[in-house]
Amino acid sequence: MELYMSLAIGVIFTVGVYLVLSKSLLRIILGTSILTHGVHLLLLTMSRLKTGEAPLLGEKAEAYVDPLPQALILTSIVISFGVTSFFFVLAYKAYQKLGTDDMEQLRGKDDE
Amino acid sequence: MNNLLVLPLLIPLCTAVFLLFIHKQIAWQRWISAISILLNLIVSSVILYQVKTDGIQTLYMGGWLPPYGIVFVADMLAALLILTTSIVGAACLFFAFGTMGKERESHYFYPFFQFLLVGVMGSFLTGDLFNLFVCFEVMLISSYALIVLGGTKRQLRETLKYILINILSSTLFVAAVAYLYGVVGTLNMADLSVRIAQAGQDGVLNVIAIMFLIVFSLKAGLFLFFWLPGSYSVPPAAISALFAALLTKVGLYALIRMFTLIFYHEPAVTHSWMAWMAAATMIFGAFGAIAYSDIWRILNYNVVISVGFIAVGLSVGTEDALNGTVFYLLHDMAAKALLFIVGGMLVYLAGTSRLTEMGGLIKRYPLMGWMFFIATLAIAGIPPLSGFTGKLLIIRGSLQEGYYLLTAISLASSFIVLYSLIKLFMAVFWGEEMKNGHTWPKINKGFTITAGSLCLLLIGMGFGSEWVYRFVSEAGNTLSSPATYIDAVLRSR
Repeated sequence: MELYMSLAIGVIFTVGVYLVLSKSLLRIILGTSILTHGVHLLLLTMSRLKTGEAPLLGEKAEAYVDPLPQALILTSIVISFGVTSFFFVLAYKAYQKLGTDDMEQLRGKDDE
Repeated sequence: MNNLLVLPLLIPLCTAVFLLFIHKQIAWQRWISAISILLNLIVSSVILYQVKTDGIQTLYMGGWLPPYGIVFVADMLAALLILTTSIVGAACLFFAFGTMGKERESHYFYPFFQFLLVGVMGSFLTGDLFNLFVCFEVMLISSYALIVLGGTKRQLRETLKYILINILSSTLFVAAVAYLYGVVGTLNMADLSVRIAQAGQDGVLNVIAIMFLIVFSLKAGLFLFFWLPGSYSVPPAAISALFAALLTKVGLYALIRMFTLIFYHEPAVTHSWMAWMAAATMIFGAFGAIAYSDIWRILNYNVVISVGFIAVGLSVGTEDALNGTVFYLLHDMAAKALLFIVGGMLVYLAGTSRLTEMGGLIKRYPLMGWMFFIATLAIAGIPPLSGFTGKLLIIRGSLQEGYYLLTAISLASSFIVLYSLIKLFMAVFWGEEMKNGHTWPKINKGFTITAGSLCLLLIGMGFGSEWVYRFVSEAGNTLSSPATYIDAVLRSR
């Protein structure tokens, strides 16, 4: 199971990196959010995907899955959500003011 | 257990939340943030005193013993850094009073400022890797807001790049944490150190160590500094002074913690990489510092050079070199704040940041000229001033270990620093006064007092090196023997 997850995460990372390297700002933002999906899945996978009950003591099971990575992922999700929404609004504002979303044209000189 | 440790983080946090409610009353905002930062200064001094008298202080959040809960640790290095952060923060705040402008001040400048301090203080004090990530994000998100506050075209453009690079490095940080958790199974720094020492730092852990090296180098501007000169030139002077003094230093602190406490078993792999990166940083930074004739560019490349220099001390890693690293780090935070504050004032007075359009300012602003001169000498490391002791110790350490090429590059970079800043000094303060019908504004008192006290601090750190060294050497001792730190954190287990 971990092997398949690793392969899938590898594909997600590849796609994310490809998108981040593109010219259009929106594709870059999509790339970053795909990359964060990748690392969240990676956090989940790295704590081993053994079978066990959901980490609720009411389940009264023999074994539970590791609860720590789930807390870490939850923290990381809201952080990246906040940053991504900021990034989107910034891109919108930048498009309004600078009139382009092409990163090639955002190469700045000091005197403008 | 020492509940005082959470105060450096709690005071700015509560202040920031309170300031959100009164964002229209600028006078109140100024008073409250000034009182809060002075309070923080007092608390940090008390913590420093406690660490000096009673050894390393710890605080277990919610009473959970490590490695299960989050632990706050103040060893000598962290205590010194939070004190310096309070001093530098206070200086930037008082400088901001006179220069920030009503528009920015009423749009939540002071809350963002306080949130940035929350992140920085938290990063210095935490003893947990994921908590370090969260504190980094608190700091970074406030810095995004501060850098774009005002919304000019240049700010928008550079903020896009700054955010992108930091999102990528944060993503890498989480990935590195995931790998480390997968291999070792804990995130508490002291516990990590113990388990890695038991298991031995093998191939996988070396790879993870290098991932952390990349992540923190991106944050600190060590070799991967391509984002720094652009993004630090766009915000107002008080904000770029704060960034230059604090943000890269937090990255350096994380590097120091990582490679003295956790990944110290294979210096041939990690520390030699860091040495190469430090050398390249100093060389490329030197190119930039010589090449430009724009005040902000020159100052920003000087930040880069000093990051490289501090990394030299860390990569050599002997006791002398570590002491020097700590000393130079403290000096550099104060000196860079002074340099950027004076530089920002120069740009404001002259209305331009180009050296070719300035000249002869020493007649009108003699005090400012000599303060800039003192900052220059201190950063270059001229003996009676504060930069000398740190440089001496780092260079002595690297000569003892036989890093001759690295030492030569470090010394050459000091010359370049001196050359680039003296070039700036001569172009701006000497020569003919520019005659373009420019009206010369008056300098406000706030600036003179702030920059003057930072200047006195640099002189005091230089003449009182012996006294400062007593604290610094204790910090260096803790760094070179991780067992002290681990015992203090895990002693109750």
